[in-house]
Amino acid sequence: MAEKGVKVFGMWASPMAIRLEWALRLKSVVYEYVDEDLGNKSDALLRYNPVTKKVPVLVHDGKPVVESAIIVEYIDEAWKDGYPIMPADPYERAQARFWANFADEKDLNGFVQCNAAVYPVFTATGEAQGKVVHEAQQCLKTLEKALEGKKFFGGDAVGYLDLVVGWYAYWLPIIEEVSGASVVTDEELPLMKAWFDRFLAVDVVKETLPPRDKLLALNTARREQLLTA
Amino acid sequence: MATAGSGDELKVLGAWASPFLVRVLFALQLKGLRYEYVEVDLKEKNELLLASNPVHKKIPVLLHAGKPVCESQLIVQYIDEAFPASGPSFLPADTHARAVARFWGAYVDDKLLSSWKGIFATKDEEENAEAVRQTLAAADALEGAFRECSGEKLEWFGGDGVGYVDIVLGGLVPSMNVLELAVGIKVVDPDRTPLLAAWKDRFCALDAAKAAMPPLDRLLENAKKYLAEISFKTPASK
Repeated sequence: MAEKGVKVFGMWASPMAIRLEWALRLKSVVYEYVDEDLGNKSDALLRYNPVTKKVPVLVHDGKPVVESAIIVEYIDEAWKDGYPIMPADPYERAQARFWANFADEKDLNGFVQCNAAVYPVFTATGEAQGKVVHEAQQCLKTLEKALEGKKFFGGDAVGYLDLVVGWYAYWLPIIEEVSGASVVTDEELPLMKAWFDRFLAVDVVKETLPPRDKLLALNTARREQLLTA
Repeated sequence: MATAGSGDELKVLGAWASPFLVRVLFALQLKGLRYEYVEVDLKEKNELLLASNPVHKKIPVLLHAGKPVCESQLIVQYIDEAFPASGPSFLPADTHARAVARFWGAYVDDKLLSSWKGIFATKDEEENAEAVRQTLAAADALEGAFRECSGEKLEWFGGDGVGYVDIVLGGLVPSMNVLELAVGIKVVDPDRTPLLAAWKDRFCALDAAKAAMPPLDRLLENAKKYLAEISFKTPASK
């Protein structure tokens, strides 16, 4: 019996999993969300993603797709008559993917890219925090260039890069609150700050964000755990 | 064929020993596209490179009518998308298969290459040995991927012909050969990864690959110099 339908294996607090939900909702695709306990992963998850065993995983008619940025492109192609997520022009697509890599990945040569620069803000304290915040801001300032003259990274409407980077709009202020750091300010990152507000006002984003107090509590606890480890 | 002088000019900024460059040149060769190659000395400041890749200042960079595309995998995808009428498609037509190809392409850099770099990262022999184990484990995973992707023919990741993952992994073939000759580490091995070992030989026999790969003796000499500089000791094999 062929498996039909769309399933997202994710975790309620995961910024990577939420990308899939945004993409699917932009395409008006109905899906089932499976919330994983990452400390006790389901057999289904491990069966669908034996290689990395991570969330999120998209299962479409029984076939798994892995790696959130790759899944977003898959969603765009699988429902190509719906909302356009990737830019149409190959050059624009290359630019969008470039910035998505810049935001997401650890650089092979050890150059700090955005996620790698932002993460230390979570646990840095005292004097070290200043340095770490500065580095995060430098990365975000570079990323901000892709916003210049536009409402969204995708132009007038939300696109691929907005979906990849969008988690910053909700998670970064929480990281700032938990750690007491100030990263995205009007003075340092005006375009990014304005884009945060616009992005959070988008319907598919509003519909899916996890409850702030729950996310704040989780991150507060996690930070304490990491600092006392 | 791309025509010169029509605003469609292709230029590649590269460094001759780079595996990332091999990917780009191989892709261009497969598509039958003409391009100008510009060797960049990474120790010197290069204005064109800085202007083309201000964020990372790294090669390879593809300039298409002066517009830069950076990062080897993105360049390969760009070549595939910008020249659909030239030569074979690198990515398969099936949407799911495309996602699988992109996944394994990313895996080559995220897992295989990052472990591989770890072999030479520190002076700690145990850490280096662990990096070797992880590199071989990544190669084992790719052996499984090959079986999954190559269909009945078992010739190319791309199935019927050379595809995206063949290009991405293919860039590392010269480095695999050098690693084996210089320190005796076999990333692919006829015993451990028979499909990949056969694939590697098949790759090396392609005209497009021969045109893209740097001379092995020069690469080996380069590698030996580097290994001497870092006083590298080959980790004991398990």
